Amino acid sequence: MSRQPVIEVSGIRKVYGRTVAIDDVSFEVNQGEIFGLIGPNGAGKTTTMECVEGLRRPDRGRIAVLSLDPRREARALQQRVGIQLQQAQLQKRITVAEAVDLWASLYRRHVDPIALLERLGLVDKRRAWFMTLSGGQKQRLFIALALIHDPDVVMLDELTTGLDPQARLAIWEMVRAIRERGKTVLLTTHLMEEAQRLCDRVAIIDRGRVIDVGTPAALVRTHCPEQTVVVIADGDAASHFQAMPDLESVVVKDGQITIRSRRGNLVTDAIACIAEHRIRVSDFRTELPTLEDVFLRLTGRSIRE
Amino acid sequence: MKLLRLTWLEIKIFVREPMGVFGTVGIPVLVFVVLGRLAGPALARAAARPGGAIPAALPVFASVMMALSAVGSLVTIISIYREGGILKRLRATPLSPFDILAAQVLVKLTFTALTLLLMLLAGRRIIPPEARVPWISYGAALLLSTWSTLSVGFVIASLVPTARFAQPITAVVLYPMIALSGLFFPIDILPAPLEFVARGLPLTYAVSLLDGVWRGEPWLAHVSDVTALLVIFVVFTAISSRAFRWE
Repeated sequence: MSRQPVIEVSGIRKVYGRTVAIDDVSFEVNQGEIFGLIGPNGAGKTTTMECVEGLRRPDRGRIAVLSLDPRREARALQQRVGIQLQQAQLQKRITVAEAVDLWASLYRRHVDPIALLERLGLVDKRRAWFMTLSGGQKQRLFIALALIHDPDVVMLDELTTGLDPQARLAIWEMVRAIRERGKTVLLTTHLMEEAQRLCDRVAIIDRGRVIDVGTPAALVRTHCPEQTVVVIADGDAASHFQAMPDLESVVVKDGQITIRSRRGNLVTDAIACIAEHRIRVSDFRTELPTLEDVFLRLTGRSIRE
Repeated sequence: MKLLRLTWLEIKIFVREPMGVFGTVGIPVLVFVVLGRLAGPALARAAARPGGAIPAALPVFASVMMALSAVGSLVTIISIYREGGILKRLRATPLSPFDILAAQVLVKLTFTALTLLLMLLAGRRIIPPEARVPWISYGAALLLSTWSTLSVGFVIASLVPTARFAQPITAVVLYPMIALSGLFFPIDILPAPLEFVARGLPLTYAVSLLDGVWRGEPWLAHVSDVTALLVIFVVFTAISSRAFRWE
């Protein structure tokens, strides 16, 4: 992509007292992509995002969003950026329609509030008080408030935390729909599955630093190249598999054969081996490493710790 | 426009919580009516005497309670909004910090005016018609006093760590203010340090202004009170604008 990145962050650092929240964080987000800041809680994702949003001033480094400075040109930027804050609340007794109408009145241009609520499945709830909404409905309302002025860039902080799986799937669909409309999305998540399924590219953040940036698939290929095939087969299948090239290990446990390799094409080789030796197979599956494994590999820690 | 829109919305939201409305509007009116009933006959006799008038202590006390309940309510709302991230969310819009906080002040002043109006209606039965009370002028004095005292509320709101502490801290700061306000005894009998404190607090001037206006004194006689209320507002607002926390 030859165009200027929509978000450019270079070398930002933020210190609270003696705690270095983020240090030397750099990344770029391109037009029309969903970009994720991923990492465990407390890694510095929200601090990074709030610097990009202009809510915090980094101690060092440079940020440009749509070529504007988030703090000095905040007013111009507010009109073009939609944000959803982590764990935000509204007044308990404000109705959905009142919130959306208030937000609409604050911006120079806005989309039709009813059509927007319709799109987000909230139109039946427009007279409901904020406090009576479910977690998923509240998050959809916050998405509505982030989209009311038809922004070019949308920033979503821990959008699906605390939601049940069904609500989470629905929210993912909505985020994809934002991208389909040509918008750029920056989001944070500590859920690796969310990052893997939703993000075009991610920056892995740990202890305030960016460890790596790339597409989920590329990060997995680079950091966790091992392939795993699990087979349940009759007889002496394991000895045949052991004869295959480029193997890491073959482990037999509870009648299940787990074959690992770091190079070559394990799946093709395994299928060829099965065909050649006419092995009777009752189950065959592959296990692919995930971003979760990448994080473990890069930091030596599980993201859930 | 944004400010008025937000104010109107906040008024609607406030009215949806019956207990909040009762605490802000109902209790001062109730106190006024009960005290008025108890003192009513004596008041009528006092007013009926040649050259007699309604003692100002009762309405001034009720008014001070109104101003303080507005301050308490302001501190509570701000700390709840801060704790819930509502202030932060509002601030991340084109609303200016001024709009967000001024809307709350306007809500409080609106309900203070409403309370006074209800007292006026309830007072018709307590305060004899021959007592001439300058209600408009008195209302203006009350709103000015409340507005100035709300600036103390912003300072308290800056110090309150969480919404749970809003009520107790507010009480600890506000109730001594009543004692030092000159409502019950003149402040010049206080020891010098306390008198100094009393002269820095808005209620002292509010009581003097309300008392004078109730008695029918002209505003010109209270220029110093009005000036003090304005100065106090500016000073406390300046302090809170430095100390105020949005999250």
